[in-house]
Amino acid sequence: MSRGTGILLALLVAGTAMADDARRSGLTFMGPALQALQRDDGQNPAMLWVQDGEQLWRTPAGTTGQRCADCHGDATRSMAGVAARYPAWDAASGGALNLAGRINACRQRHQQATPLPVEHADLLALTAYVGLQSRGRPMAPPDDARLAPLRQQGQALWQQRMGQLNLACLHCHEQRAGQRLGGAAIPQGHATGYPTYRLEWQALGSLQRRLRGCVVGVRAEPWAADAPPWLALEAFLAQRAAGMPVETPAVRP
Amino acid sequence: MSPPLHRRRPTRRNILGAAAGLGLVLHLRPVAAVSAAPTLQAVERQWAAGRPVTEGRVLLDVAPLVENGNTVPIRVQVDSPMTAADHVVEIVVFNERNPQRDVARFSLTPASGMAQVQTRIRLATSQQLVALARMRDGTQWSHHVDVLVTLAACIEP
Amino acid sequence: MADTPSPAPRVRTLIHGLDALRRGQPGELRVTLAHPMENGLRHDGFGNVVPRNIVTRFECKLDGQPVFSADLYTAIAANPYLAFWLRADGPGTLSFEWWGDWGFQHRETRAFTPA
Repeated sequence: MSRGTGILLALLVAGTAMADDARRSGLTFMGPALQALQRDDGQNPAMLWVQDGEQLWRTPAGTTGQRCADCHGDATRSMAGVAARYPAWDAASGGALNLAGRINACRQRHQQATPLPVEHADLLALTAYVGLQSRGRPMAPPDDARLAPLRQQGQALWQQRMGQLNLACLHCHEQRAGQRLGGAAIPQGHATGYPTYRLEWQALGSLQRRLRGCVVGVRAEPWAADAPPWLALEAFLAQRAAGMPVETPAVRP
Repeated sequence: MSPPLHRRRPTRRNILGAAAGLGLVLHLRPVAAVSAAPTLQAVERQWAAGRPVTEGRVLLDVAPLVENGNTVPIRVQVDSPMTAADHVVEIVVFNERNPQRDVARFSLTPASGMAQVQTRIRLATSQQLVALARMRDGTQWSHHVDVLVTLAACIEP
Repeated sequence: MADTPSPAPRVRTLIHGLDALRRGQPGELRVTLAHPMENGLRHDGFGNVVPRNIVTRFECKLDGQPVFSADLYTAIAANPYLAFWLRADGPGTLSFEWWGDWGFQHRETRAFTPA
């Protein structure tokens, strides 16, 4: 078909998909006061970490003394849209990486710096700062066949009963999203705003930390830090939220 | 510039020693345990210092239903021109059911320009809050609000 | 002492609203301080009380004169946030100062020119 017809068809399909899109961000499950907390950079506590990230971007690291800015320049330009495409395939390591993993890989390879543990304040700060440069853009998981096995593994985990409560993620976050658990509304669990300032933590935290909270919540033994199942779930969740706007850094109850 | 609350904290060792010396059996409670805190009415009376308090002119803006009690945005606004002759000198917020009644005490000046303060507070449970304002002319005003606090279901260890 | 919180390596603050100030008009300032506001009532995994560690006072001054101050208690949420108003008639210097338990003290100053 002609290019014009192709574009029109794509738009119609997209329009129909959006009209049928029942997906809702966790933002919409919060009251106006908490929504304002996220929307106003002057109030959002996560900006404490973003401010750190901006400074770290310009700070020498590792034995090379290279700064992120030395290779990547102004993050507001070079990192625009980047976070929306993660997790992504990393050819050098032959595996997938989330954004924090990619930052750590850069630290090791180009700064000769030690990688940071998953909840380290500096790693959260850099991830939040880079993530902010995708805020408002649609989640855009790469159309990369090499990611398919990981996403499928993630989907299997999403559907798998676990723990003493014998629940799968989907039992709460798909079948009962919008209902209440102990007075709190159950959101759909779209991971569009990580790292997120979670009120329960009184701090910024990673998606892995949030998933770990759920696994422990159903009384299952959580996997070790940075174990493959976490990344599989992240990859699946990114696919599940494709097209929804990035909200990093979000605020959640 | 207040000193830390427990600069000279009793330790279990010296409590036990004292108890043994006195031949007493003590029920040991954590050092920071709270004995019965005063009622909300009592602290309001104490703050009012014998002068009347009228409900009005103050707006305590807080969500009626709170998702997480450990971070609750509040706004207090007082109807006042904030001139040198006529301004709010103090705004205080008290609670009914937290371990401690005091939430915050704010001092304003004519340079504030507007009598409005926002902060984020913690609420242990559903309860009443009160914002009280004292004007330069000595009049005192209040706004009482009831807040429902839901607790997170999946609490992390 | 095992239970003394170690001093933070650097104090993080956010200060917003200075750019929006207009001569003679009240404008809102928003300040956030990174601080755990540990209320002294929680227990660690071993049953020991986590010691109280809160910010207890905040003062904002314009050219050395008090504008706004606050006494804060354990009911203030972590990473304490304060929004208050200021009317400035001309350029000046604002100081923002916090005090808390365990000798905590931090000061930020900002020169500003209202439009």
